[in-house]
Amino acid sequence: MANEKRVLLEYADQIDPRKAEDYIKVGGYKGLEKARSMNRRDLIEEVKKSGLRGRGGAGFNAGMKWSFVPQYADTKYVVCNFDEGEPGTYKDRIICEKNAQALLEGMAICATAIDSKQGYIYCRGEYPFMVKLLNDAVQSAKASGALGDFDIEIRMGAGAYVCGEETALIESIEGHRGEPRFKPPFPGVSGLWSQPTVVNNVETFACLPYILTNGADWFAGIGAASYPGTKVITLTGDIENPTYFEVPTDYLLRDVIYKLGGGIKDGKKFKAVQVGGTSGAFIPEQNLDTPIDFDSMAAIGASLGSGAVLVLDESRDIVDVVTRISKFFEHESCGKCNPCREGTWRCREIMERINAGKACPEDIEKLTVLSRVMKNAALCGLGQAAPIPIDSTLKYFKQEYSCKLITL
Amino acid sequence: MTNSIDELEKDATAIFLIGTNTTENHPIIGYKIRKNVRENGAKLIVADPRRIELAEIADVYMQFRPGTDVALLNGMMNVIINEGLLDQKFITERTEAFEDMKQIVEKYTPEVVAAITGVPAADIRKAARIYAEAEAGSICYAMGLTQHHTGTDNVKSVCNLAMLTGHLGRPGTGVNPLRGQNNVQGACDMGALPVSYPAYQAVSADANREKFEKAWGVKLSPHNGLTLTAAINKAYQGELKALYVLGENPMISDPDQHHVEEALDNLEFLIVQDIFLSETAQKADLILPGVSWAEKDGTFSNTERRVQRVRQAIIPPANSRQDWQILMDLTNRLGYSMDYGSPQDIFEEIRTVAPSYAGISYARIERTGLHWPCPNEEHPGTPILHIGKFSRGQGLFHPVEFKEPFELPDEEYPLILSTGRSLFHYHTGTMTRRTQALDAHQPTNEVQVNHHTAAALGIQDGEMVRLSTRRGSIELKAKLTDILNEKVVFTFFHFSEAAANILTHAEVLDPVAGIPEYKVCAARLEKIV
Amino acid sequence: MLNLTINGQAIQVPRGTMLLDACQMAGADVPTFCYDPQLHLAGSCRMCVVEVQGRHNLQASCVTPCVDNMVVDTESPATVEARKIILELLLARHNINCHVCEKTGECKLQDYCYRYGVDDSRFAGEKGHFTSEDPNPFIERDYDKCIMCTRCVRACDEITGAQAISVKDRGHHAKISTVFDGKLADSTCVFCGQCIMVCPVGALSSKVSMNKGRAYQCEKVLTTCTYCGTGCTLELNVKDNQVVGVSSNRDPVYSPVNQGALCVKGRFGWDFIHSEDRLTTPLIKENGQFRAASWEEALDLAASKLKSIKTEYGPDSIALFSSARVTNEENYLAQKMMRAAIGTNNVDHCARL
Repeated sequence: MANEKRVLLEYADQIDPRKAEDYIKVGGYKGLEKARSMNRRDLIEEVKKSGLRGRGGAGFNAGMKWSFVPQYADTKYVVCNFDEGEPGTYKDRIICEKNAQALLEGMAICATAIDSKQGYIYCRGEYPFMVKLLNDAVQSAKASGALGDFDIEIRMGAGAYVCGEETALIESIEGHRGEPRFKPPFPGVSGLWSQPTVVNNVETFACLPYILTNGADWFAGIGAASYPGTKVITLTGDIENPTYFEVPTDYLLRDVIYKLGGGIKDGKKFKAVQVGGTSGAFIPEQNLDTPIDFDSMAAIGASLGSGAVLVLDESRDIVDVVTRISKFFEHESCGKCNPCREGTWRCREIMERINAGKACPEDIEKLTVLSRVMKNAALCGLGQAAPIPIDSTLKYFKQEYSCKLITL
Repeated sequence: MTNSIDELEKDATAIFLIGTNTTENHPIIGYKIRKNVRENGAKLIVADPRRIELAEIADVYMQFRPGTDVALLNGMMNVIINEGLLDQKFITERTEAFEDMKQIVEKYTPEVVAAITGVPAADIRKAARIYAEAEAGSICYAMGLTQHHTGTDNVKSVCNLAMLTGHLGRPGTGVNPLRGQNNVQGACDMGALPVSYPAYQAVSADANREKFEKAWGVKLSPHNGLTLTAAINKAYQGELKALYVLGENPMISDPDQHHVEEALDNLEFLIVQDIFLSETAQKADLILPGVSWAEKDGTFSNTERRVQRVRQAIIPPANSRQDWQILMDLTNRLGYSMDYGSPQDIFEEIRTVAPSYAGISYARIERTGLHWPCPNEEHPGTPILHIGKFSRGQGLFHPVEFKEPFELPDEEYPLILSTGRSLFHYHTGTMTRRTQALDAHQPTNEVQVNHHTAAALGIQDGEMVRLSTRRGSIELKAKLTDILNEKVVFTFFHFSEAAANILTHAEVLDPVAGIPEYKVCAARLEKIV
Repeated sequence: MLNLTINGQAIQVPRGTMLLDACQMAGADVPTFCYDPQLHLAGSCRMCVVEVQGRHNLQASCVTPCVDNMVVDTESPATVEARKIILELLLARHNINCHVCEKTGECKLQDYCYRYGVDDSRFAGEKGHFTSEDPNPFIERDYDKCIMCTRCVRACDEITGAQAISVKDRGHHAKISTVFDGKLADSTCVFCGQCIMVCPVGALSSKVSMNKGRAYQCEKVLTTCTYCGTGCTLELNVKDNQVVGVSSNRDPVYSPVNQGALCVKGRFGWDFIHSEDRLTTPLIKENGQFRAASWEEALDLAASKLKSIKTEYGPDSIALFSSARVTNEENYLAQKMMRAAIGTNNVDHCARL
């Protein structure tokens, strides 16, 4: 595909992801070998130097995260966040389906860096079919000896979106309700079963073998300087070519839609694009010439998030779309903190009122202040991000709201 | 208790419970123990014929045959001695007669004890190791240990175990009897005992008698008095003529109710001072209405020897009178002059005759109670006893042989009956049966019986059944359970309409303490046809 | 030590101090719902949020460790806005019947709405119906007043260890529930009422005290429980010379044994005090029947009988069972009466029973 840069997906469909031998034939587990030859501090430094930032949405420097793990602890865990719950996102599944061994190698590299013997992959509840693939992959990797004494166990989620939040994910693995913990302490200090734990996304782990094999400088040289590497993008919505791509991170959003995506479906006009999943901002036409990297997206009030790209054509009713999104958040709020539990409920009520043409201008005011408080005061990312679609559409598509209001 | 309650939550690293259903009978202490186990990882050993709540979180649970406490404890000590887990330094420096005890304990191997108690030898070993190897091991017991004809032996064995391992005189250790009633500690401290004046000053010692004769300005009897159980027997025999019962209900609380009833009927004069017309009050010749705890000032001493204030909250009903005033008025009529203006005046006198209370005053315990001994106003109180030294000097090991309970099951009465309290009621139910919510929640007595035993007798859960012993029988609901083994049944003693103490025996008491064997008698359970 | 500036005031706190404590040290009254010093932190009500200079979001001060040179505003516009909105959100789901609510006067929701002038909720809409009718005789559960602070869940787990209740369902359907949403009596509940003790609103209250008087109408008399030997401290709530309830004093200075925790008997077992069965006058038995007597007559009878029996059979023919339920002072007098006035050591009590 034109303009793609495939690193993680270079051998997609050419190797069997379950088989360590296949992966080894194309250079797999070389990175781990190198990692094991390094001392831990140098290894973490190398990862830091590569500039690799979390691919799950928060964009935190991976090496930095690892460096918070205290050396003295006896037991430490490596946890892979494969909860991939953002609607429209399936890049982690693609990575696993095409290159699961890279994920395992990445986890083992992390384990080497923090001296952990046990890893967990927390697999999204809606991906039961992935469990077998991953178990086969782990078995093969263990049998090949590549993982050494590092063990990986697959744990299934139960379908809660909030369990993509790392502390809720940890609670879920521990067998508790999937509810986020307050931070600090961060998982790096006190995570799974109160032990130091690194939680990274599938894509983050899968980058590591290539960083170790080709060097930090090589990786840092790809894409945007502040968020280097490639990003797997999943394209959905009103688009000619709704599929996945791996692109360098300085790739323009417009090119994602028009070059890779083939433009708007059925020759209609573009209206908006939502990047980063359901909690992402809606981006209007005027901001399309923005690179997809984390900081560039942040600068326009959006977020790269998981790399999901949802395109809406001119026929779409923004208020209706956002109303549906507000329902999603109401449903997925875990109920722990007040602003999110009550706020998502009331956001949905007001959005439905607006969408039904039964709202007045004061409702917009209420929505605005409620959004602000949720962003300011909710306990975890879910509650803080839930109002973003509302905010961004109120900003760029105010007219669509206004025309549904009752005015006296 | 030799140690304080809070240590069970914060300091003990291993806790051995024997004969205490702590979460039901001392709930707050039970909760603290559970918290220590769950949050701090303290080890827990539970020995009880019933698999009580705390057994569920115990590292070892020993379901032993009722009345085989001495054997079980000797078995644990056998393991500790044979495996070298004893605290030799403590034994050498602070105890005497270790060899005598050792000699007796030698034959109680875990296998021998397993045969007596029904507890697997491996569990006895495990329990012994956990307790002995703990940094701070605490033993707690209650009436499950003491209400046997070998009650004193049982307590001595517990003390042997603590001394053997040096678990005394440090935070989180100790021999800790959990006392069943709000002021049973205080009643003992105050000399409501036939053998001692206030603060355990023996009646039999001339010096003590002289001290009290001087303090009270009157000649005192040099003879030990009658224990409660002995007094009932004397009344039964017609030798005791008058009895004054102050806030007690022996008709329900004493063993072998028919025997008690005949004894009370034999009296020439029975005075009952109470707040309710209890089963005992109904027998009285004279009833003096006292006041409830909400209507009086004073102090209670709790199980950890902490003296705390009781405060009057309301004015008592019409023509009732403060209990202290009744006693004072009567004493004056008996020709001995008493003149107190308030409970505080009485307390001030107590301080002058009870050295362990000397340093305690209402002012000092206005906010926080103090642990006796507290010999002077500057003394901070003593949460932990026996630090560095026992009160008698060296700790004395008592060699104790196991003795079978008095009444063993036979063909006619094939089950062992044990009695105790429920969480929702208190003692003879005088108060709790008149508390609407408590009585609504648990209005009737029940006999707890193993599912298999019940099945063999054709008894369903909730069915009315007859429970009989050689003394009599009662009818009550069957409660099927798996917390008891097949040979043991259990019932509460709060319910006068199905009174457990119709069933218990008063034939053999503990020779030292005079305590009845409430925890073991032979019984029969029948379907009512 | 760490240096902080809170509401313009410089303050030093030890490392490890939580921001909420630091705020309190600085004299700032930060509102809280879910925070309870005896329980593990939840950080979930978000009422204690404060503005910390340089931090992106408001910080829940109960779960935020102090950091050197923090500059904190506990009543900044954003903070106050957040608290008001949280209160409005809670009011929107609340069954507002303060006029008949047991907790009126000691309700944190009321107090904070008053403080922040929140008289109504802009978010009033659909209401959940969470009320759990529970037939137990002790604990009233009105979850239409629940604010989901989970203090009850934590107290049940951490203080009592019963683990009878937990959070069920998610989002705004979340509610406090027993296993499978059953009755308390069918759960591991032991009816200690620690949940009532920690509940900051009217969701949990005592059925035994219902309609008998509100906290502010009652005098609270600190005393020691009359049941087992643990010696728990409790407060008798008194209104018009009636005990109408028991409350906890959770200050370890006043409640050294139990820190406010009680059991079912201590918390709910007090109404025998006002039982109609109370003896209210001396009674003398004549011909098998009791008749009322004056104190003079009763005490004279007691004295004369005891004297004559003593004369006829000797002092050891008389015994007294004192009581483990009465006070030290009364026990002391009882044994003194027997020893000094009667002349016998026949004094015992139920320690053995």
